[in-house]
Amino acid sequence: MTEHLGKTGIERAARATGILPLLLFLGAAAMVPHTAAGESYRLAIAWVPGLGVNLSFMLDGLSVLFALIITGVGFFVTLYAVDYLHGHSHTGRFFVFLHAFMLSMLGLVLADNVLSLFVFWELTTIFSYLLIGFEHEAEASRKSARQALLVTGAGGLALLVGFLLMGIATGTYEISQMVAMSASLPDHPLYGAILVMVFLGAFTKSAQFPFHFWLPNAMAAPAPISAFLHSATMVKGGIYLLARFHPILGGSEAWTAVLVIVGGVTAVVGAFTALGQTDLKKILAYTTVSALGIMTMFLGGQNAPSLTAAMTFLLVHAIYKSALFLVAGIIDHQAGTRDIEKLGGLARSMPVTALGAFAACFSMAGFPLFFGFIGKEIMYKGALAEAMMPGLTTAAAVLANGLMTAVAGIFLIGPFLSGAARHPGPRPEACAAMCSGPLVLGGLGIFFGIVPEFVGNWLVSPAVLSFHAHLEHIKLELFHGINPPLLLSALTLALGVALYLARKRVNYGVCRAYEMIPLDASRVYDAAVAAVAALGRAQTRVLQNGSLHRYFYIVAGAFVLLTGYSYVHGMQVLPDIGVPVLSLREWLLILVILAAAGAVLVTRSVLLAICALGVVGAGIAVIFLSYGAPDLALTQLLVETLTVIIVSIILLHLPGLGPGRKTTGRKKLFDGVLAVGMGVLMTTLILTVLSTPLDRSVTDFFENNSYLAAHGRNIVNVILVDFRSMDTLGEIIVVATAGLAGYALIQKRRERL
Amino acid sequence: METALAFMCGIIAAASIYLMLSGNLIRFIFGLVLATNAVNLLIFVSGRLAETRPPLIGDDAAVPVQEVANALPQALILTAIVIGFALLTFVFILFYRTYQSLGTVDTESMRISEPAESDPDDGATPGDKSDASGRVSGEGPA
Repeated sequence: MTEHLGKTGIERAARATGILPLLLFLGAAAMVPHTAAGESYRLAIAWVPGLGVNLSFMLDGLSVLFALIITGVGFFVTLYAVDYLHGHSHTGRFFVFLHAFMLSMLGLVLADNVLSLFVFWELTTIFSYLLIGFEHEAEASRKSARQALLVTGAGGLALLVGFLLMGIATGTYEISQMVAMSASLPDHPLYGAILVMVFLGAFTKSAQFPFHFWLPNAMAAPAPISAFLHSATMVKGGIYLLARFHPILGGSEAWTAVLVIVGGVTAVVGAFTALGQTDLKKILAYTTVSALGIMTMFLGGQNAPSLTAAMTFLLVHAIYKSALFLVAGIIDHQAGTRDIEKLGGLARSMPVTALGAFAACFSMAGFPLFFGFIGKEIMYKGALAEAMMPGLTTAAAVLANGLMTAVAGIFLIGPFLSGAARHPGPRPEACAAMCSGPLVLGGLGIFFGIVPEFVGNWLVSPAVLSFHAHLEHIKLELFHGINPPLLLSALTLALGVALYLARKRVNYGVCRAYEMIPLDASRVYDAAVAAVAALGRAQTRVLQNGSLHRYFYIVAGAFVLLTGYSYVHGMQVLPDIGVPVLSLREWLLILVILAAAGAVLVTRSVLLAICALGVVGAGIAVIFLSYGAPDLALTQLLVETLTVIIVSIILLHLPGLGPGRKTTGRKKLFDGVLAVGMGVLMTTLILTVLSTPLDRSVTDFFENNSYLAAHGRNIVNVILVDFRSMDTLGEIIVVATAGLAGYALIQKRRERL
Repeated sequence: METALAFMCGIIAAASIYLMLSGNLIRFIFGLVLATNAVNLLIFVSGRLAETRPPLIGDDAAVPVQEVANALPQALILTAIVIGFALLTFVFILFYRTYQSLGTVDTESMRISEPAESDPDDGATPGDKSDASGRVSGEGPA
């Protein structure tokens, strides 16, 4: 396909797919005036009505904010990726995954039914797996993809449990209906379990400590994917979840305590780790971990400023971080390296990219007039207003923001400003399509920074209002006057400069601190994966050691044990076994058959065994004949004769039975026990069946309709060729297939000779 | 007679399982033939025995006038006999070809797709120790 369409054709088609996110973005933007007015829209389609699962969607301020981020960043990423992947052999596949991911993500933020939300949640996990592992020929790429899949997938399963428990506790699976019943939920006995499960889902998806390790490893993905998934969309899934369920589960002390502590630790640990990285993408990955921690921490809050801070910072971060990931991709693409120690003087060789990078980094550092500054101000306002742990929240926020300021310095000063152009890249500046993303996103950071009221009134406040019905209206403003948040902002910038200057020493300290931690989740993950593999090998060795004897023993043994167990479990009254009263002819018949079977068992002569088998078959034919089944007797005799002939022909070409089995008495004993068990089981089952009354309804139907409906007087024949003719067709197919297969086996031999 | 046949079925089934566990393809075939017979008999006995007329409808009647034998198990067994025969024929040819290709009828020596582990004591469960001793030693991967 690729060959036919040609690489240019594929790229042109890929560029055209940018229309999809653009249209969706415009659609979402058109809804902004409505959601800003506090309206929400709901659409429900019955999906599995029997289980109460609906495919229902709801659009409100929160959904619109996320949808705009997803489609807006998606648009620039699509444009960017076409040139980034130029010449790659799997371009087409990439864009299919990318847009499928985007649609799953949209479904996630729009779903109103928790079960459909879960489905979209897992779809994003699967597509992120495919995208992280896009360069599937590299082992590191496959390994990181698997890690992300297992960590977020496991969290997704926990989330499903949480959703089901929520459904049990509230009696509904619709989020909009849960909100109405949320007042009593914190007192519900299942509340604790629900909280743990939802947190597990959110923390794994949003890379919270201690599950954060998968995100930096996921940097094996191509840069546009990191920009899309790992800054703006997928990792925000957990944040969305916490915001969406804030009115349902939030409000308890447990909610606040867990989110503030986990978020705070993640924010500080992530930012400290970022400081010591030299790979541009790793730096960004760890600051993303840190930023996600900040959002989690503020979603733990209960007051309007805190929640506004979380939503503002969500937008701030999505804009500057996706721009920076795109910049890192451009640098990698043009200069051939992402190592900050090898890069220098990029401001001169890539002036356009540098412009975007500066705008985004200033936003990250939180300089006034940039959107990051607004985010930081409202953060401090929220932290100071918290009822629970205001000091801790403020300290974590100041420290994390200070570190991010320092990281912004590392990102800019080394690669862009210092020294001459040292990179070996052939083309200094990237093309317009690639630069457009960083430029526009960076520009947005300035625009929103100068007129924060605009974004506050249209996007952030409606989003917060849709999950927190506060009375106080929080306005985003550039200047609030000289107040504690402003002073904290100044302190943050000063701290950032200090940390930048002391970065080497700080990093040394961080590394020493890491060495002192005996166990981290990444190692637990590795050990768990290794343990599962070892378990698989061990059970293969036991169950599938290549011995046919063991396979047969396991299958037959399982049959005897399981059937025997269910028989004993549902214990019928044991059938009444009297000594059978038989005529001499019957006794003789049974004894002859048993003697023949015994002869097959013990003989070492193939010929004798064949004859004995013939006797068993003929004896059974006689039984058929005696009890009103002449058709069976005829067929049995015919087949038995053919069997003896075929066995004789083939077995005479095979070696003899030899000196019996080359086995020990112990093995014979084990085989004997299983064989006797099977015999006893069979006899018991027949006797039990015989002691129950016979249901003749089916037979009666055939007897009454054989002539009247099917015009046949031989009832057995009519059953075979008329009532159950499809079964007979199946039987004929089996016979024909066996014949063909046998013929093929023989034929193959002839060809080889 | 039904009770006696129930016991006979059990005994034949036990013999067939023992033969199929022997690890010799020829004995396996014998076991398969016996198993087919035992199962057919099981179905027949479950439908009750009566020394009565075969399930036919007389020329002058629309339904059986007198009591006739149960037709349902007979139809089932008729199918089973034919399919059993087809299976048996295929297994014969397969084993014949196996012997031609591998030169053995001992299943423990057939190790091409799943070579024996280097450590023969490894992985034997307590309940199945018989297996370790039954393994042909010195049989490396082909």
